[in-house]
Amino acid sequence: MVIHSYMSRREVEQQSFSLPVTVFVPLGAVLLQVLLPMVFHWLAILDLPFIVTLFFAISRRSPISGTMTGAGIGLLQDLLTGQPIGVNGMAKSVIGYAGASLSSQLDVENTTMRTLLTFGFSWLQTFLLYLVNHYLLGHHGFHMMWLHELLRAVVNTVAALPVFFLLDQTKRQE
Amino acid sequence: MEFLTQFKNALFLIAILVAQAIALAMQVRNPVDPAQPSGPSVSLLRVWAMATVTPLERATHAMGHGVRSGWSDYVDLRNVRQQNKDLQQQLTRMRIAEASIAEDALEGRRLQAMLGFQEHYVGSTVAAQVIGASGNDQSHILTIDKGARDGLRTDMAVITQDGIVGKVSDVFPTTAQVLEINDQNSGVGVVLATTRIRAILRGTTVGKAQIGNLTSDARIKPGEQVLTTGGDQIYPRGLPVGVIESIALDPDHQPYTAIRVHPAVNLDQVEEVLVITGTQANLPAAAQQDLDAAEAQSAADASASRLPSIHDNATPGSAANGSATPAVPSAAVVPHPLPALHVDRFTSGAAPPASTMTPGAPHSAAPAPSSPPVSPAPSLPSPTATVPKPTRRAAAPSKPDPKPSSETPRSEAPQ
Repeated sequence: MVIHSYMSRREVEQQSFSLPVTVFVPLGAVLLQVLLPMVFHWLAILDLPFIVTLFFAISRRSPISGTMTGAGIGLLQDLLTGQPIGVNGMAKSVIGYAGASLSSQLDVENTTMRTLLTFGFSWLQTFLLYLVNHYLLGHHGFHMMWLHELLRAVVNTVAALPVFFLLDQTKRQE
Repeated sequence: MEFLTQFKNALFLIAILVAQAIALAMQVRNPVDPAQPSGPSVSLLRVWAMATVTPLERATHAMGHGVRSGWSDYVDLRNVRQQNKDLQQQLTRMRIAEASIAEDALEGRRLQAMLGFQEHYVGSTVAAQVIGASGNDQSHILTIDKGARDGLRTDMAVITQDGIVGKVSDVFPTTAQVLEINDQNSGVGVVLATTRIRAILRGTTVGKAQIGNLTSDARIKPGEQVLTTGGDQIYPRGLPVGVIESIALDPDHQPYTAIRVHPAVNLDQVEEVLVITGTQANLPAAAQQDLDAAEAQSAADASASRLPSIHDNATPGSAANGSATPAVPSAAVVPHPLPALHVDRFTSGAAPPASTMTPGAPHSAAPAPSSPPVSPAPSLPSPTATVPKPTRRAAAPSKPDPKPSSETPRSEAPQ
């Protein structure tokens, strides 16, 4: 009797990163996010922690790992922004989980797919932040500014492509 | 067990979300201490996060500062001497102008003293540099390089020379976080400079400063300056906040208007700030000196108003020193006596001789005979020169002068 075994896309293409990359890339992203708007204030619309969260999630293809990465980066962002701790943590946890779950079904190495993923997840994050602020924190004056959010999604998508390309170099193939 | 294995990923996500939601609820429900709105444990987490990030921020800021100072200290120094000279002259002119303006402040102080209002002036400040921002367009927080070791505490006002920036929200040993006035959690007591309408300025979710607790008022116009009231016990009174940018109905709170205020400080590019670490009931020494000078000038002006010949508009500062020199008498300022109110019947020669009078004749109301005016000697008029001194031909008033004296100086107003 022949035993057929197969490996899923996730198992085949699961990638890992060294410890310094795992620690310092998210930290650097949060730090850059803090420093860049000081020089160019319009760069506050850019969300480097979001891009890094999405990259690690779709690269590792592990929902648990993606959730933890998103939670860690989001909580660090909350600690530095003075907002209630958990706002970005919850949003990025979901981003990490969803990104990792989708990546096992899709070819996330493809540039077009990456573009669509980043654009879509940017909107998802906006929606999650709206839910948290409006319903959990009770900020009823918090409105969705569609044009601004569209611009945010576009900017993050454009920025994500070169960032993904750079971070691809840090992958450790198993 | 199979269920747990099958849905372990989703369960893990749910557990993480529930944990964060509980943490969020605890932060929102227990803002007990206004100085620590997030609670001590949360502050401890923030301290750890700031301790991790601050050295990197400092290093980055130092590198950027080095490059900028290399340019500004050595390359971009052309025409600095001339600029310095111009600024010194401008400063001199402004100090003179300030002294005269301060006279009005004196009157205000007296009135405030009468009302028992305790004024607070900026007593001491700590200069700080901005080394970080929140990096999020929904949160407007700055990180500065001074902290508890420099005497900073929460709720201290943060300003620049242009106006207010915000208040200290969190203090760490060597750094602090500043909540800008356009953050959605911020609130400032303000007054509109012209209409004197008081209001509360708050930040919006999109980082705009807005007054939202006023109903529609035709007196409020774009361009009006907005100042701090001092009533919030954080910002001293009278500091510039901004200028009204637009006025529109607030769609969320219909009877009220949404008055957008353009901040006086460019909050997106703040590099150096002053933290007000102390206020005092009295003016600082320099300001007090200016006020004293203004008071001296006020007294000198009052004296000058009694002495018409020593008015000297060309040198406004000369009287401020209290050394008003006697002016040279001028023919143009010779005081003229006021016309007599009654017929002079007492001066010798003014009435006809008794031999010409007929007993029992009706009383004649003939006017006093006129005589050529006597020019006074060209001497220094006395301080009472403005009061008409009766000459021999002018009749003394038979009743008190109904014209009130206009010589009471303003500095002699009731204290």
